[in-house]
Amino acid sequence: MARDKIRIGCGAGFSDDRIPPGVEIVEKGDLDYLAMECLAERTIARESLDRTKDPSKGYTPVLRERMEAILPPALARNIKVVTNMGAANPMGAAKVVRQNAKDWGCRDYSCAVVLGDEVTDIMRQHPELPLMEDGAPLESLLPRMASANAYLGADVVAKAFSTGADLVITGRVADPALFLGPMLHAFGWAYDDFDKLAKGTLAGHLLECSGQLTGGCFADPGKKEVEDLAGLGYPLCDVWADGRVEVSKTPGSGGRLDVATCTEQLLYEMHDPTAYITPDCVLDASHVTFRQVEKDRVEFQGVRGKPRTATYKVVVGYFDGYMGSGEMGFAGHNALARAKLGIEVVKERLRRRGLTYEEMRIDLIGMNSLHGNNADLAPEPYEVRLRIAARTPDKKAAEAVGAEVRSLHMQGPTGAGGGINFGAKQILAVKSVLIPREWVKPEIVKEQAA
Amino acid sequence: MTHRLYDLAHARAGDKGNTSNISVTAYDDAGWQIIRDKLTPDVVLGHFGHLTKGPVRRYELPQLRALNFVIENALGGGVTRSLAIDPHGKSLSALMLTIELPGHNE
Repeated sequence: MARDKIRIGCGAGFSDDRIPPGVEIVEKGDLDYLAMECLAERTIARESLDRTKDPSKGYTPVLRERMEAILPPALARNIKVVTNMGAANPMGAAKVVRQNAKDWGCRDYSCAVVLGDEVTDIMRQHPELPLMEDGAPLESLLPRMASANAYLGADVVAKAFSTGADLVITGRVADPALFLGPMLHAFGWAYDDFDKLAKGTLAGHLLECSGQLTGGCFADPGKKEVEDLAGLGYPLCDVWADGRVEVSKTPGSGGRLDVATCTEQLLYEMHDPTAYITPDCVLDASHVTFRQVEKDRVEFQGVRGKPRTATYKVVVGYFDGYMGSGEMGFAGHNALARAKLGIEVVKERLRRRGLTYEEMRIDLIGMNSLHGNNADLAPEPYEVRLRIAARTPDKKAAEAVGAEVRSLHMQGPTGAGGGINFGAKQILAVKSVLIPREWVKPEIVKEQAA
Repeated sequence: MTHRLYDLAHARAGDKGNTSNISVTAYDDAGWQIIRDKLTPDVVLGHFGHLTKGPVRRYELPQLRALNFVIENALGGGVTRSLAIDPHGKSLSALMLTIELPGHNE
């Protein structure tokens, strides 16, 4: 079914993204497709852990809440939906949606699931693969591996829609591919028409972080104003079969979409603008220009596409010990000196307990916690908050950090208030490898009512 | 006279692993001339020197009046294992804008 133009909306830009603007764009956006991106680099590792404990789990935890709000109105308007909320268990996600769909008020629908991004077995077979971060062999991570997933491309998303699916659920797919996939499906673009693939990829890149295109992450009072930031709307794109794209946002919503917000989002998480590598193409954004078509509507031009690489990128999640942390506040006369005394007391108490740490970080919130400036150079604030965080393979040692900070209430300098022990958190770190495409066997499975 | 980068440009920071990238976009052509000439990788590395030894790479997008700085080893070991309170370095765009650039006669 070749079409002349489609409209794709973004319904979520990270796993816990705000749901109301997602409902709003479904109801008011006049969309053909809705894409929801909910999978950060390491979240799939956490979801993999969930699945280890309970084989029915492993999808994005907020799946039910988000789908209950968004899927019924989307299906009622014949909006096709694609999301990577399948995370470490796309079929499990599809089953949960199916089990609840009637109760949520969904009409009958068809669902396709993308499998095959999970590649832990391939990792175990190839311990010699060099890590992209430092060139060391993958082998050292294997005993601590929690997950390994290849970033699949838009071709599998399009293939999933070609089954007639109203809903496509994936695991790891490159974020822009969630948007390029519907374009491939709707327009039948050749998978080697790299200029069109690049245009669609750029549209996806701009939209995938939801409100960051429409005035989020932007306002600076008196300097860069954003109208009704509280009512920020999510972005959408109109795409024509010849590859022309205009980006806009939910009609009547708050926020701002113009050349300035597009420029900031174009370069967000981009390194070399001449070579932004995705599974579908290598995007050259170095000559991109933006033109304001009307209020809150921008067209881009100058995108070039180059052939995709011969590899898929795999993100490997692995256990990297524990992080313990805690905070304590001080205010009034001599607040900074009391905070510094508190730091020394905690460090000494941990030392006398024989506890050691790979790395310890001390922050004085209000002075140096974000930009790491030398606190001695900053003016002394009325109040300051000390924070101590440390990493260690030993969970008990990690737990001791926040406990010692919190006990400054009673056994630290005078006037210590507002203590928090954040406890010990298991660290799931990630590193990356490249693998030949042919090692990966993506699979599309129709999910049926049981 | 010095120029506050904050008055000339706006910025956004993103993360990938242990690398921060920060775009700096001038508000107008006059600001663009100044940042293109004076906001060098060395100036940025100097300003971020307490956080990272670099390297810093700079990419130019003159048609957008934008520079893209890629600052390696700036995120405390990477988003997933950093002990920092802002592991993504989202706030580093504001650090970038505290740079002051020399005026014409300096």
